[in-house]
Amino acid sequence: MGSQTVASEELSGAGTGVSSPATNMGGPAVEVRDLVKSYGDLEAVRSVSFEVAPGETFGFLGPNGAGKSTTISMLCTLIRPTSGVAKVAGFDVVSARSEVRRRIGLVFQDTTLDDYLTAEENLRFHAELYGVPRSQAGERIGDVLRMVGLWERRTGIVRTFSGGMKRRLEIARGLLHSPRVLFLDEPTVGLDPQTRSHIWGYIEELRRRESITIFLTTHYMDEAEHCHRIAIIDQGKIVAIDTPEALKGQVGSDRVQLQTHDDDAATMALKEKFGIEATRSEGALTIYVPGGETFVPRLFAELGVPISSVSIARPTLDDVFMEYTGRTIRDAEASQSERNAAQPWIRSSRRR
Amino acid sequence: MSTLSVAAPAEVRIAGGRWRDDLRAVGMVWRRELIRFRRNRLRIVTSLVQPILFLFVLGTGLSSMISQRLPASVAGGATGSVDFKTFMFPGVVAMTVLFTSIFSAVSIVWDREFGFLREMLVAPVRRGALVVGKCAGGATVATAQAIVMLALAGLVHVPYSPVLIITLVGEMMLAAFAITALGTVLASRMAQVESFQVVMQFVVLPLFFLSGALFPLSGLPTWLDALALIDPLSYLVDPMRRAVFEHLQVAPKLAAIYDHGITWGSWRVPVGLELGLAAVFGVTMLSIAIAAFSKTD
Repeated sequence: MGSQTVASEELSGAGTGVSSPATNMGGPAVEVRDLVKSYGDLEAVRSVSFEVAPGETFGFLGPNGAGKSTTISMLCTLIRPTSGVAKVAGFDVVSARSEVRRRIGLVFQDTTLDDYLTAEENLRFHAELYGVPRSQAGERIGDVLRMVGLWERRTGIVRTFSGGMKRRLEIARGLLHSPRVLFLDEPTVGLDPQTRSHIWGYIEELRRRESITIFLTTHYMDEAEHCHRIAIIDQGKIVAIDTPEALKGQVGSDRVQLQTHDDDAATMALKEKFGIEATRSEGALTIYVPGGETFVPRLFAELGVPISSVSIARPTLDDVFMEYTGRTIRDAEASQSERNAAQPWIRSSRRR
Repeated sequence: MSTLSVAAPAEVRIAGGRWRDDLRAVGMVWRRELIRFRRNRLRIVTSLVQPILFLFVLGTGLSSMISQRLPASVAGGATGSVDFKTFMFPGVVAMTVLFTSIFSAVSIVWDREFGFLREMLVAPVRRGALVVGKCAGGATVATAQAIVMLALAGLVHVPYSPVLIITLVGEMMLAAFAITALGTVLASRMAQVESFQVVMQFVVLPLFFLSGALFPLSGLPTWLDALALIDPLSYLVDPMRRAVFEHLQVAPKLAAIYDHGITWGSWRVPVGLELGLAAVFGVTMLSIAIAAFSKTD
């Protein structure tokens, strides 16, 4: 052990820190065809298909309740698909459940640590249940603890840990048995930005060192940018799937957001004088125009409605989501939570 | 913080799927129970309070009342008399086993609430291994707790005879296993922690009161006698009481009341059959628990 640091040069990627996937293992790491999950009349996942290459970091982006967790639960063999086929590391998630489970690591949305054990004991428990050879377990536990910066706290009782430390410990545990695919369900939800960026550092580092495939769900746009490829999922369907750059390229224009004294008049004026459709969301008007910085001076001169503020932004994944679904992620979540309030059982069944 | 150590192996290891793996899972789940028990000193102390109250407060009260009422011909004079606390002692030890076992098993519901159950259920091992480990762990903890209680034997005139101690510990282990298995079945049906109260009121306390732990199963009204006969705990309390009485000098008339035992019609059920029935009960509960957890998906 210790002489196998091969793959790191080819993987040290460009400025974003996202490097290209290793492609030496033959066969996709995850393969999904026409996957469906319905609960009674409600179709949580509606015929989803995609593939993830070995070594890739693949993200599912979408609002809460879009079907991300349901899909990931099917891939992890936690719930049975209603129809369709899903294979992980080459094994069918229905007919070869144990084979799949041995080859995946899971980090759940909510914590699944034993609060009364120490960090080391939690990992020891996992090593025994996943059959990590006894001769290697101690060393491996030390490795993953150091990787997430918890070696000094290994004898600390987990109850005394902060949210970020617990999440790091869970990630370490997910990796302990050297899985081929690591599933991260909302890995940084509820953590502060600094901890989030640390955790992303760890994830990227270990993806390179362990050359594993990472499959994650998120509803943070900035988090999705760490992925090689993203599938945008909305209301149980994949609406777009590509690299973050390509997705942003498809939007093509800059986003201009303006606040006016009279949104209705401004919308009319934009349509009549510039031929632009404006959408209203989060209390502002949003328009997409090529070359935003030259457009704004014309806007002030010709709109005829007082403007109180303007902002221009290059396209982000938020805009991509907007482009494909006609709403922002936050709007989608607002309407989703209304739907969930009407049918509270959806949420609970989705989480099992 | 983000400085990372170098050169971890990118080795591809596929976890096994054999009996050996299941055995390791059993061992680890068992060890977890012991670690948690050891770490919770307060629980060890507090769960002794109740049996001690029963034995020394309720027991003293009852025994002074009984010694005033019992005719001298039955009480057997100075050499053959038995303190009621001595009679209660095996019952109170059984009570310690009962409450500790149920509490250990029901901690599964806490595990579910705090998510740790999911970590166990998604592991690539047979669910049966997890259930067996849990029952073995709960049984070990309950036995350990009852041994602490057993140490008080001398205070209620129960002799510290090695044969008696070994017999009692063996019977406690069987009781602890059977009741933990029962508790695991109950836990598989419980959705939230709040249901624990329901289990205490509707299962644990009836089992305890009907078992003859606190009063002899002699001369009871028919309805109570019938209920005592179907209480599995009766078949665990009686062997322990018999073991104690074998090591005492008791006047025959008094023994006939206190060490009455379980009778089917007029036939006194032998110890071997009692223990056998208890073992069958435990194994049945264990099988139901394994089935219940194996299909949860």
